[in-house]
Amino acid sequence: MKVIVDQHKCVASGQCVLTAPEVFDQREEDGIVVLLTETPPDHLMDDTRQAAILCPAQAIWVAEQEKQEGEQ
Amino acid sequence: MSTISASGTDVPPAEVPDYPMTRAAGCPFDPPPALHTLQEQAPISRVRLWDGSTPWLVTRYEDVRTLLADPRISSESTHPHYPHQSPATKERRRQSRTFITMDDPEHARLRRMVTATFAIKQVEALRPTIQKIVDGLIDAMLAGPRPVDLVQAFALPVPSLVICALLGVPYADHDFFQANSRILVKRTSTPEQAQAATQQLIDYLDRLIGDKLAHPTDDLLSALAERVRGGELSRREAANMGMLLLIAGHETTANMIALGTLALLQHLDQLARLRESDDPKLIASTVEELLRYLTIVHTGRRRVALADIDTDGVTIRAGEGVILANDVGNRDPAAFPDPDRLDVARNPRHHVAFGFGVHQCLGQPLARVELQVVYGTLYRRIPTLRLAVDPDRIPFKHDGNVYGVYELPVTW
Ligand code: SF4
Repeated sequence: MKVIVDQHKCVASGQCVLTAPEVFDQREEDGIVVLLTETPPDHLMDDTRQAAILCPAQAIWVAEQEKQEGEQ
Repeated sequence: MSTISASGTDVPPAEVPDYPMTRAAGCPFDPPPALHTLQEQAPISRVRLWDGSTPWLVTRYEDVRTLLADPRISSESTHPHYPHQSPATKERRRQSRTFITMDDPEHARLRRMVTATFAIKQVEALRPTIQKIVDGLIDAMLAGPRPVDLVQAFALPVPSLVICALLGVPYADHDFFQANSRILVKRTSTPEQAQAATQQLIDYLDRLIGDKLAHPTDDLLSALAERVRGGELSRREAANMGMLLLIAGHETTANMIALGTLALLQHLDQLARLRESDDPKLIASTVEELLRYLTIVHTGRRRVALADIDTDGVTIRAGEGVILANDVGNRDPAAFPDPDRLDVARNPRHHVAFGFGVHQCLGQPLARVELQVVYGTLYRRIPTLRLAVDPDRIPFKHDGNVYGVYELPVTW
C-alpha cells in the first residue's frame, strides 16, 4: 500500500491524525497534513484506509498493491 | 404560472412541504418523521423555506456526503438563491462575512489563518485545562443549591470558558455576548434584532482587537491582530472571524452537553455502560454516537449548485439552492444499522454531524475533547444526577438553527 496526500486540498480537520496517528501528523504552523510514512506497515493499513474515507477534503489517497487487492 | 419544476414535472406549490419540518410530539431526539418519509420515497426533493423559495432537500447519507464534497456545490451566501435559515441569519451573513459561507480560494486563505489552534496536538494540550474547568464547575454545583439548571450552571460555562481563554476574550463579558449570540441563532429573530446584535458583537470584537494590537497576549485574537498589522487581514475580517469563533465555540458544544445529558438520562442503560467503564475508547465512541444521534445542527447544510448536477434521477440545475440534511442523513439505515437506537458502543466516526467537504467543522477536535472530558467526568462525579422536572416540561430549541434545550433542571 502506498499513501499520497495533497496538502493543497487539506482543510486541517485532523480526522486523519485521530484515525492513524502513526501515519499522519499536522504541520505546527497551520495544521495541514504531513505524511509520516508513505508505506505504512500491515497493521496500520485498516486505519490508513479509514483515514482516507473520513478525510472531508478528500486529500488522502491509498494506492493498494496488486497482490492485496481482493483481500479486503 | 406559479408552478415550479422538480425533476422535469410541474409540481403545484401546495405539494411542496415547508422546511424545517416539525418533530413528532413527545419525541425530542428523533428528526421529524416527514424527513424519514422523504428519505425513503423522494431522497432529493423540493421544500419551501420561510421566504417562499423552494431549494432541493437531500436526505440520504451517501448523497449528503457526496454532494457536500462536490466542487460544483457552492457555499457562497451572497448568491441570490442561497437558502438562508432565517431572516436573522441572512442579515447576519450580509453584515458579517466569514469563511464558512465563502468558496475557495478565499475560504482557504481565511480558514488557514486559524487552523493551527484547532490541530489535534494543540487541542490535546488543552485537555488538563478543560478538565480543571469541568471539575471546578462540578465542585460549584455540588456546593450549591438543588435543583439547578444544568444549562446555566455547567453546559454553557464549559465551552464559554474554553473559547474565551483560546480567543483572549474576557469571560466577564459572557452575559453580553451570549445574549447577542442567542438572538443570532434564533429563527424567530427579526432582521432588525439580528442587525443590532451583529453590530454590537462586531464593535465589541473590534475594540478587543484594538487592545490586542496595542498589548498582544498569547491568544488567537492577538494572532489575528498580528496579521492585521502585517496587512494580511483587514481589521473587519479579523473581527468577523473572532465573532464566528466566539459564537460557534459555545453555542454548539453547550447544546451538545445539555441535550446529550438529557439523552443519556432517558437511556439509563447506555448511561450505566458509560459510567461503569473507564475505557477512553468508550467515552470517545459515546461522544461520536451522541453527535450522530442528536445532530444538533438540525436545519441542514446550505449550498447553491454552480452547475447542473444529475443525481438519483434528479437534475439539480445551476443556480438552485440545495440543503443537505445531515440530521436525517445520520439516521439513514444504509449507513448506520438500526439508526434510531442510541448505542454508545458503536463508533460512528463517519457521521456527518460536523458536515463534510472543505467546510467540515474547524473546531471539531476541540468539541471532541470538551465533550470527552464532560461525558467522562460529570456522570461519574454525580452518579445520582437526574431530572428535576417531568421530561415534557423541558423547553426545546425547536426555533433554533442549533437544536438543544433552553433549560435542564437537574438534581442528585
Ligand atoms: S483528514 Fe484530510 S483534511 Fe483533515 S487534516 Fe487530514 S488530510 Fe487534512
